[in-house]
Amino acid sequence: MSEQAHATTATYLRIAAILVMITLIEVGVFYVPTFQALLVPILLVLSAVKFTLVVMFYMHLKFDNRFFAFLFGGPLLLGVAVVVSLLFIFYGAVRLRTGT
Amino acid sequence: MTHGSAHAHEAGAGAHRTSMGLDSRKMAFWAFIGSECLLFGSLISTYLVYKGRSLTGPFPHEILNIPFTSFSTFDLLMSSLAMVLALAAVQRGDMKQGKLWLLVTALLGLVFLAGQFWEFSHFVREGLGLTTNLFGSTFYVLTGTHGAHVTVGVIWLLTLWVQALRGKLGPANAMTVEITGLYWHFVDVVWIVIFTVVYLIQ
Repeated sequence: MSEQAHATTATYLRIAAILVMITLIEVGVFYVPTFQALLVPILLVLSAVKFTLVVMFYMHLKFDNRFFAFLFGGPLLLGVAVVVSLLFIFYGAVRLRTGT
Repeated sequence: MTHGSAHAHEAGAGAHRTSMGLDSRKMAFWAFIGSECLLFGSLISTYLVYKGRSLTGPFPHEILNIPFTSFSTFDLLMSSLAMVLALAAVQRGDMKQGKLWLLVTALLGLVFLAGQFWEFSHFVREGLGLTTNLFGSTFYVLTGTHGAHVTVGVIWLLTLWVQALRGKLGPANAMTVEITGLYWHFVDVVWIVIFTVVYLIQ
């Protein structure tokens, strides 16, 4: 697949509206005490949706050659793996030290 | 890319196709963005690893201003919209709209930077410096690196805008605007993560 047609202006406006709505939901969830127990997973999912929308539509990965997705997705997954691994290593070490 | 702009790209001076038929500049830029993922991944890791480890204040919940940062997030999201509208306009040869949206994108970037300057100044007045505690060190390095990227993006956008004013930017250079857009949207997605990880998950 080579470089393909991008989205239309109407699609860009719809994506912007969705991004703003998700941001409002994120801030709303932050202030509602009922959601405090599930705050982290909810916010991470909403953030991932926003991230994906911008990358797929505004950065045109949905329409472009898949090799660009590979060039971006590979290091992105590696970066996420680094974050998760460091958290496990660090908090695992803390739990071992404190015995909790 | 539309059929017309594809021709424009082919005609563009300095257009180099790889053996895969892809624009070499765009391919190189995606590889650069990939490397940036690792840079910000390491900074976000550092922030998260030291989260909640500060022995002295100010602490995040005492100092972070969510309504203000929500506005900054909205501002950056709207700048991404302006950027895609600028690219679409340049690709279809509507340089009047192209110039307008490039300027709007740069101005929204400047508003974000002004907000970050105000936020940092406010935090310093509240007693949070770079070496005050672990939160201060990791917060300033992460958000400051992002702010430096926004600054580069604003300078880049204004340079393109000046080129457009001089009539040196047109559909033949649409790839230049597209690559600028890739950079700008990447800065936006990094902020999407920072807004969640630093500001909302305290």
